[in-house]
Amino acid sequence: MSYKLPMGPYHPGLEEPYKLEMICEGETVCDAKLHIGFNFRGIEHLAETRNYIQVIALMERVCGICSFIHTLTLCQAMEKLTGLEPPPRAQYIRVIMAELERLHSHVLWAGIAAKLMGFKTMFMACFAYREKIMDMLQAISGNRVNYSMNRIGGVNRDITDPDTLLSMVDRLESEIAREIVPVFTTSVTARSRCAGIGVLTREKALSCGVVGPTARASGVTLDLRRAAPYAAYAELDFDVPVETAGDVRARLLVRAYEILQSCSILRQAIAKLPPGEFARSETKIAFQTGTAISRVEAPRGEVFYSVSWKENSRTPSRVHVRTPTYVNMPAVRWMVQGARVADAPLIQASIDPCYSCTDR
Amino acid sequence: MNLVNELPAHFGITEFSEDASGVTWFTNGNLDLRELAKFMGQAGVRFVTITANELPRGEGFCLEYIWDLDGRLFGFKFHPADRTMPSIFDICEAADWIEREIHEEYALDFTGREYEPLLLRAGDQPGVNLQEVAK
Repeated sequence: MSYKLPMGPYHPGLEEPYKLEMICEGETVCDAKLHIGFNFRGIEHLAETRNYIQVIALMERVCGICSFIHTLTLCQAMEKLTGLEPPPRAQYIRVIMAELERLHSHVLWAGIAAKLMGFKTMFMACFAYREKIMDMLQAISGNRVNYSMNRIGGVNRDITDPDTLLSMVDRLESEIAREIVPVFTTSVTARSRCAGIGVLTREKALSCGVVGPTARASGVTLDLRRAAPYAAYAELDFDVPVETAGDVRARLLVRAYEILQSCSILRQAIAKLPPGEFARSETKIAFQTGTAISRVEAPRGEVFYSVSWKENSRTPSRVHVRTPTYVNMPAVRWMVQGARVADAPLIQASIDPCYSCTDR
Repeated sequence: MNLVNELPAHFGITEFSEDASGVTWFTNGNLDLRELAKFMGQAGVRFVTITANELPRGEGFCLEYIWDLDGRLFGFKFHPADRTMPSIFDICEAADWIEREIHEEYALDFTGREYEPLLLRAGDQPGVNLQEVAK
């Protein structure tokens, strides 16, 4: 006999409010429905009442982890509408901030995954490393969460001491490579807890249109930093880790390898940081009538912005935001089918869901 | 696959252009949305999203359907008559949530599918103009 088992919107297995309504037989999940919208904020519509300075501050609040990515995507769209191309130094600073944010996000996720695996010591270790990354973000921007770094035509703050930043990255990489990455890539505990559960096949990944590490763990090679480079990514050398198993372990491996790739990108970007100004000096910003689309590879996958503006208007006529979790989350339904109820929290966490983004 | 060649040949599209964002926009004329979605699915082109725009002066809506192939975006604009558009959810399951969201935010009806609430809670009404509320 089947029964319904709700998980959420308030549940110890979830970090934020959404609802996974599972239809189970015994301990096996037969099907599931997902419910979102418990904290829907209407930010897209609120953006239509904000000018080009206010809208940056507003969209920075879409996500508490990828706040830089959201303003980067928005500013790239607005730069297309104003014709203000950022100087090369700004493009490199954007890469450095984006990769620090990816490191921050992946290490935070690794901690939560470790907790859900029953490895709470690793949770504490991951959060200690996350603090160090936040210290680096604070050293650059002055802020730990909402960095206020992006503006139309560049960034608001320079990196004044790249040598110190480089030494911090080197130290962090050696520590993470020694203490965190091996736990997720080679330990028997992680393998036995994560291998073979929450499988999303390549066909289903393509059909659902999933993005980011969730897609790359199912053999889909999409990474916008490579496929549609922005900022200074075209000038940097890096690998795109791809796994084919499609299970929780594959998603774990992809993120673990991406941590190392991010450190490599950071080292290159800091070493190549070009001299010159970090923002355009224009004080008057004029929008052309039209729509601009911008995309960035956030830690969870593709962030998509479509921004429409009319000439001489103070506010945008439309800002549409499509976040990665918005497309990844429906795939959880297919991941939990056939899984044990006890695995459901870990499976849903394996897409690194961000409900803040989803309920934008 | 070269969509810039394949799409016009398959659908008889005569006009397309690339904008400053790098999106190739196809002027679709009488293009059948469901046929397009089938073609894209069979060609392995990833569905990205639908952007709904409410046109000024009560001129209705414009729906921008966006697909991605190997990092390149392809866009198609549709102007739904009588606030209805055919749903592509049964062909392209990635369109499910965005169709439900647009239905709830703009009271547009995607025909041929059933809705479950996505963002609305019990007692809420679809089509509340949040832009007007925010003002």
